[in-house]
Amino acid sequence: MSQADMTVAAHGHHHPPGMVEGLPPFTVPAKKMAMWLFIIADAATFAGCLVAYGFLRNGSSTWPRPFESITNAAIMTFILLTSSLTMLLGVRAAKAADRSGAFRWTMITMVLGIIFAALHIREWLELINRGMTLSHNPWGDPLFGSAFFSITGLHLLHVTGGVIALLIIGLSWNAGHRTAEDIEVAGLYWHFVDLVWMFVVPFVYLLNLAH
Amino acid sequence: MDAPDVHPNSPEARYTDSVGKYYAIYVCLLILAAIQFYIGSLHLETTAAFARMLFVAIIEAGIAIMFFMHLWAEKRNWLLFVIIFTVFVTVAMQYGWTDSNRMETGAPYTLPKTGVVPQ
Repeated sequence: MSQADMTVAAHGHHHPPGMVEGLPPFTVPAKKMAMWLFIIADAATFAGCLVAYGFLRNGSSTWPRPFESITNAAIMTFILLTSSLTMLLGVRAAKAADRSGAFRWTMITMVLGIIFAALHIREWLELINRGMTLSHNPWGDPLFGSAFFSITGLHLLHVTGGVIALLIIGLSWNAGHRTAEDIEVAGLYWHFVDLVWMFVVPFVYLLNLAH
Repeated sequence: MDAPDVHPNSPEARYTDSVGKYYAIYVCLLILAAIQFYIGSLHLETTAAFARMLFVAIIEAGIAIMFFMHLWAEKRNWLLFVIIFTVFVTVAMQYGWTDSNRMETGAPYTLPKTGVVPQ
């Protein structure tokens, strides 16, 4: 008797090849798997942007170093890392069926995201006031502006999308229309946004500090 | 608060880790971020600073993925798939660096250290 026949004899039904006892090979819920696949694809997008940035920087002899201070980037980093912690506490509360706790932590995360975005936009405006555009800057290679705005802009777009998603999911969770898995999936996305920042800060900000 | 409806060995049970563990991981990430800023403030030569900060960033990302995103607690097959696939794609992107170095050295077909390709 083959193994497949024995499985049928024991359980009364066939399992597809490679599957054990009817479990999918990864045993990851569909929404979570979809988010992980999105994160992998998005990681490739950000990696592509950062590699292109490195490519341009490496090939330029007049790459500018316009950042006089690390204070703003440090505050933004602190806020985003803290928002990851609050998101984690929100997911934990949701998994423990603590509806009000999960809602509270999710909203705190969202507010931290808004503060981060506001600081980011303020920094953009300062650089624009100093004469930096997508195609020009007063310090050196004009490609710096397009590289800086495209990478930080893509990240800011993700933060903005995350803030909107947290608001929608948080409110609908509070109304009883969402499950803990929805909060968890939103949390995965938010942690990923934080994770990307860990690479953007050193390469786009700290490598371009004025000497 | 309702009692959590999770089995101790179910995937959901890992979210009942102690809050202290999450705070410890958070502090680790803050320290690693501070190290990155310290390296940046040293004004090292670009390649040396890049290598050091990339090393720290990879550790930071690893901790965030494994413990904040709980990949460590997922099934081994899924963990391996995510890591191997992501690392492969990001490493494959480094294929273009040779061309960047060609621009830097100015040969062939480029002007030295300008990044401008002559028409």
